[in-house]
Amino acid sequence: MTATPVFGDAEQHVLHEILAANRHLEGALLPILHAVQHQFGYVPAEALPVIAKDLNISRAEAHGVMSFYHDFRDHPAGRTTLKICRAEACQAMGADDLVDHARDSLALDWHETTKDGAITLEQVFCLGLCACGPAMMVDGKLVGRADVAKLDAIIAEARS
Amino acid sequence: MSMKMYLPLDSAAVALGADDVAAAIAARFPEATLVRNGSRGMVWLEPLLEVEIDGVRHGFGPFETTDIDALSGDLANHPKALGPVDDLPWMQRQTRLTFARVGVIDPLSLDDYRAHGGVTGLERALSMTPAEIVTETTDSGLRGRGGAGFPTGIKWKTVMEAQADQKYIVCNADEGDSGTFADRMLMEGDPFTLIEGMVIAGIATGATKGYVYLRSEYPIAIEVMNKAVAIARQQGLLGASILGSAHAFDMEIRVGAGAYVCGEETSLLNSMEGKRGVVRAKPPLPALEGFMGKPTVVNNVISLATVPVIFERGAQFYQDFGLGRSRGTIPLQIAGNVKHGGLFEIAFGLPLGEIVDDIAGGTASGRPVKAVQVGGPLGAYFPRDLFDTPFGYEEFAGKKGLIGHAGLTLFDDQQDMLKMARFAMEFCAIESCGKCTPCRIGSVRGVETVDRIAQGDASAIPLLTDLCETMKDGSLCALGGFTPYPVMSALTHFPDDFATTAQEAAE
Repeated sequence: MTATPVFGDAEQHVLHEILAANRHLEGALLPILHAVQHQFGYVPAEALPVIAKDLNISRAEAHGVMSFYHDFRDHPAGRTTLKICRAEACQAMGADDLVDHARDSLALDWHETTKDGAITLEQVFCLGLCACGPAMMVDGKLVGRADVAKLDAIIAEARS
Repeated sequence: MSMKMYLPLDSAAVALGADDVAAAIAARFPEATLVRNGSRGMVWLEPLLEVEIDGVRHGFGPFETTDIDALSGDLANHPKALGPVDDLPWMQRQTRLTFARVGVIDPLSLDDYRAHGGVTGLERALSMTPAEIVTETTDSGLRGRGGAGFPTGIKWKTVMEAQADQKYIVCNADEGDSGTFADRMLMEGDPFTLIEGMVIAGIATGATKGYVYLRSEYPIAIEVMNKAVAIARQQGLLGASILGSAHAFDMEIRVGAGAYVCGEETSLLNSMEGKRGVVRAKPPLPALEGFMGKPTVVNNVISLATVPVIFERGAQFYQDFGLGRSRGTIPLQIAGNVKHGGLFEIAFGLPLGEIVDDIAGGTASGRPVKAVQVGGPLGAYFPRDLFDTPFGYEEFAGKKGLIGHAGLTLFDDQQDMLKMARFAMEFCAIESCGKCTPCRIGSVRGVETVDRIAQGDASAIPLLTDLCETMKDGSLCALGGFTPYPVMSALTHFPDDFATTAQEAAE
């Protein structure tokens, strides 16, 4: 498993810069959480009380918002994040088989990371590639007409 | 000779290798101009390369890097040659109003946009009073393209008449429905159309600030929209004085965070305010108490992006297209197990079967079409018996379905419809915001109940029907309220998939 990094002074400094850049926005919390996750790869538990205080909301509210959305994670992901679409249009093109293959060959359930820290497996519901499914997203890169061969190649590259 | 070529930056083209092709073309033909355009909508031909020959754009696709060398030879005999793109049957049969420029222009060139009719609608709107703009919108017959079908002009009128120190235009670009990608294609291929539509909405209602709530699953659309907003601001299409007028309007892009329910307008507003994306009870209507409690227009991408053409060509021109109370054109998105999938814009009224068999050419697998889910995960599964249904809001409602955002997902005869009913309940359970009981608990019970049917317990069928009634009548929003559509349509139209399993277990 990937070890949780330390949230020290340098990280606090970065967090305060994010807050300074975003706190003036109407409804600043989501932009702030996105920026924090973009910077650190996840939303560190240490960041939430700081964000809450800055926006004058309770810790419970900050936690409630962060945990409501599928995108935000409370621990680091693997070096590669593999998202596979499970929505109807991709199912019509055999996404279920692809999903089974990914889960079996990686021995992972959703949101889990391989022991070597190489790959995190996520499900996603629609990438808007519904006329060229099954679809995947690998570290933000879109893949259409995905099949077992493409998937195996992506996994092999992520592990190399 | 300097060649001019076009290759889409559209997500579907990129997912099929367009970026690799673009890099290889730039290396092989460094003197050529390569425009990264939107997609023409023929996804089965993506990446679709277009080469301008004597002023006519010729298509080559699906284009791979190995096809580049042959571009130096006789283009008419290129193995991927399709001929002039505008002459292809898929293009010829359409009425492209909202998508007129998508795939044609450079999405980030305001000059290109103007040269193809852009900004004309806004210029006309600037010469009108807010009340006249609202009337023109109402007269066009434009209804909410997000799925609800509420008349756009009526919504604008409510916001126009509301008194407040601040009003907002919010564009719902949280296009989470599987089988739909029109919003994405529009934003990637012609972002200024959406911006222009929002500016006109702002002038009509007195709103000076706009937001696009764009889902995080659309990274390319986010990038294109952000760049387009910056260009529009720089060139006076946004800002303190729109095109030199007394009207002010500015906007920004907000990124969602993977919650399907945020496509529902009130949970979208909560999300934008930095809250959990839970649904709000209505009333109050967002038109009166929306974003930050202020009067807010919440419109879908396609509704807003259709406004410029209505003002360019006139309300009467637009409303002359269509069927019954469904006026104008609708960008159909044809998806799933489909031979010719993509975006096809045409007047309302085409029978479902003509879309599926004729335009889409049936399935990719070549097997018979078993079902078409229309309107996304909350839409009904239509069997072939209902393929005579004309494409329109009321016509689909009359068949216990909905057109939603006009996505059509095809399934072949190997699809198990009980499995799809189970998935509808599972999806609802994953995405429920938790606010109302029928959705939060009913969805989980629904999965269990479908599993009981699958295990041969026929007594669970009336229970599932009853549960669907409760969810439909008692849910606060369309997520819990419409999940019964796919479930009940699967059960009603494909009873064999539910009965066979029961029978097998009994044997």
